[in-house]
Amino acid sequence: MSKASPIRLSELLESARMAIESVRSHKLRSALTLLGVMVGVFSIILVMTTMRAMQRSIEGELAALGANTFQIQRWPALSFGGPGSWEKYGRRKPISMSDLRLLQERATLAIAVAAQDNLASGEASSRFDTTPPNVRLIGATAGVFPARNWNMKEGRPILDADVESATEVCVLGSGLEENLFPFGSALGERIKMDGIPYRVVGVLEKKGALGGSSQDNFAVIPLTTGLNRYGRIWRSIELLVQAQDLQRYEDTVEQVRGILRTARKVPPGAEDDFDLFSNDSLISQFQSFTLTARIGVAAVSSIALIAAGIGIMNIMLVSVTERTREIGIRRAIGARKRNILTQFLTEAVVLCELGGLIGVAAGLIAGNIAAQVLNLPVVIPVDWVFLGLLICSAVGIIFGVYPATKAANLDPIESLRYE
Amino acid sequence: MPLISVENLSRRYLMGGETIHALRDVSLAIESGEYLAIMGPSGSGKSTLMNLLGCLDSPSSGRYELNGSRVSEMDDDQLAEIRNREIGFVFQTFNLLPRSTALQNVELPLVYSGMPAVARRQRAIEVLAQVGLAERMQHKPNELSGGQRQRVAIARALVTRPSIILADEPTGNLDSRTGDEIMSLFAELSVNGNTVILVTHEEEIARHTRRIIRIRDGLIASDQTNISPPPTPGAHTDTGQPMVP
Repeated sequence: MSKASPIRLSELLESARMAIESVRSHKLRSALTLLGVMVGVFSIILVMTTMRAMQRSIEGELAALGANTFQIQRWPALSFGGPGSWEKYGRRKPISMSDLRLLQERATLAIAVAAQDNLASGEASSRFDTTPPNVRLIGATAGVFPARNWNMKEGRPILDADVESATEVCVLGSGLEENLFPFGSALGERIKMDGIPYRVVGVLEKKGALGGSSQDNFAVIPLTTGLNRYGRIWRSIELLVQAQDLQRYEDTVEQVRGILRTARKVPPGAEDDFDLFSNDSLISQFQSFTLTARIGVAAVSSIALIAAGIGIMNIMLVSVTERTREIGIRRAIGARKRNILTQFLTEAVVLCELGGLIGVAAGLIAGNIAAQVLNLPVVIPVDWVFLGLLICSAVGIIFGVYPATKAANLDPIESLRYE
Repeated sequence: MPLISVENLSRRYLMGGETIHALRDVSLAIESGEYLAIMGPSGSGKSTLMNLLGCLDSPSSGRYELNGSRVSEMDDDQLAEIRNREIGFVFQTFNLLPRSTALQNVELPLVYSGMPAVARRQRAIEVLAQVGLAERMQHKPNELSGGQRQRVAIARALVTRPSIILADEPTGNLDSRTGDEIMSLFAELSVNGNTVILVTHEEEIARHTRRIIRIRDGLIASDQTNISPPPTPGAHTDTGQPMVP
């Protein structure tokens, strides 16, 4: 005779069938028990869905820089420090055109150093139309175009010559072009911003809209032209540096950092007085910020799940007592202890999974409604759905073990006699 | 070699610091195909003997061999397997699972023996037809009469083709007419070659069998062949099945 035969699939199916039967015959009791698991899983899935949607949207916006490119600016790109830390950044020396020239001269590892600045935001007008005052005016050097992955739809980009002689030309983002020149090409046309006319020499390809506001609603003019018009004093520009390739990226960062620290007289050991970041470092910064929120949710949810687990255990203990006779019958006709254990564990897991499935569904729906309200893309965090269901099974097993063991260890003769 | 061979079987319980001898040195041999009754008043030890023979309990001392296996030395899992394969229980209170249909109840022992679902269903249907319940397979126990419930229980006992059918007061909860029907079903099973052991305190019931073992105070008081069993039911039975000797 075989001493240890494995748990058979047919037996598991039989157990699952019995479990569903018993849930169905105690609807209210099961529903109340499920509620706990449901709330726990719901909160996990809700927050994870919302976070994932937020992350998706922010990552899209952060991925503005081209390959192997990093940016240097006076203010950090993401700051979670609150008003207290603003003072620190406010004391920093502005980054000026001389820093740009210094880098262009000495940063031998970089293939391109460019500079840009957001000069103004206002209304733009053409002979056809005037926009709402939400058009960004960006001053840029020629190198900004490759560094930000700006490709031309038509015309030409801003050239070094434009920057040197501070010409009054501009390149339009595709969104702005559509608004100002709905009937045909913008090339050669004139636009006005803040009363100053610019000649359109090029139009950029579409980048798309993320988070509801169009990324393409801007005009680019030569940085020097912009600085002449909008002033240089106290203005801090942003530098974009492109490394040759991924291998030399870190070295390039170090070289640039060294040059800037020397030029800006930062004492050894002191913190940089500028912020240096890339797409990846921004994304990881964002993730480390959301990590705190995720840990918080995990803690709250696990408290809910522990409470739910205790409810499951309670119900299972009642169930074992109620079904003592059934256990006796099963033992008499040949069920091993292990079979009884499996049956009751399956029942606990089925209970938890039912709650989990409802919780996941409700969490996904609520999370995506929240995402819609916040103008974020719809997402399904597949990994968290599976993890959530896995946690449910774990809760079922952990809190089902004691009742199931109790059931398995009942004496067959005593349980057959049980009334 | 006998089907059941019991030597010096004892069972002692410890109750409130006092040892109770429920069974003392019982020796017994039962051949395959026998139809017998174990009788005795309550507290005589007949239930203890039944539990031991049915492998629900292990003896304190002594030897029990069933169909060539040393049952007295088996662990819990092995006993479960023996119960599943060798023993078919029929209880006074039927002991069917209330939320399962007749068919599911009869299938259950085969679930534990690991028979594939299709073969299992087929075998269960076959046995239910044999006890005359082909029409009521999808009914739950509370939709069946007492006699029908007991037939389902008998079908469940037969479904694994066990060595012995062990029936504990099988007619105790039935009216006398239904009880007679059940008794003729047992007689028929016996004629078909099954070993049937009835545990009862009713002379009326024991009279149907061909051997009567009387237990008193944990000992075998008498073990006699029943000289005048009623004639076994003829070729015609209420199951409508022809008799196959």
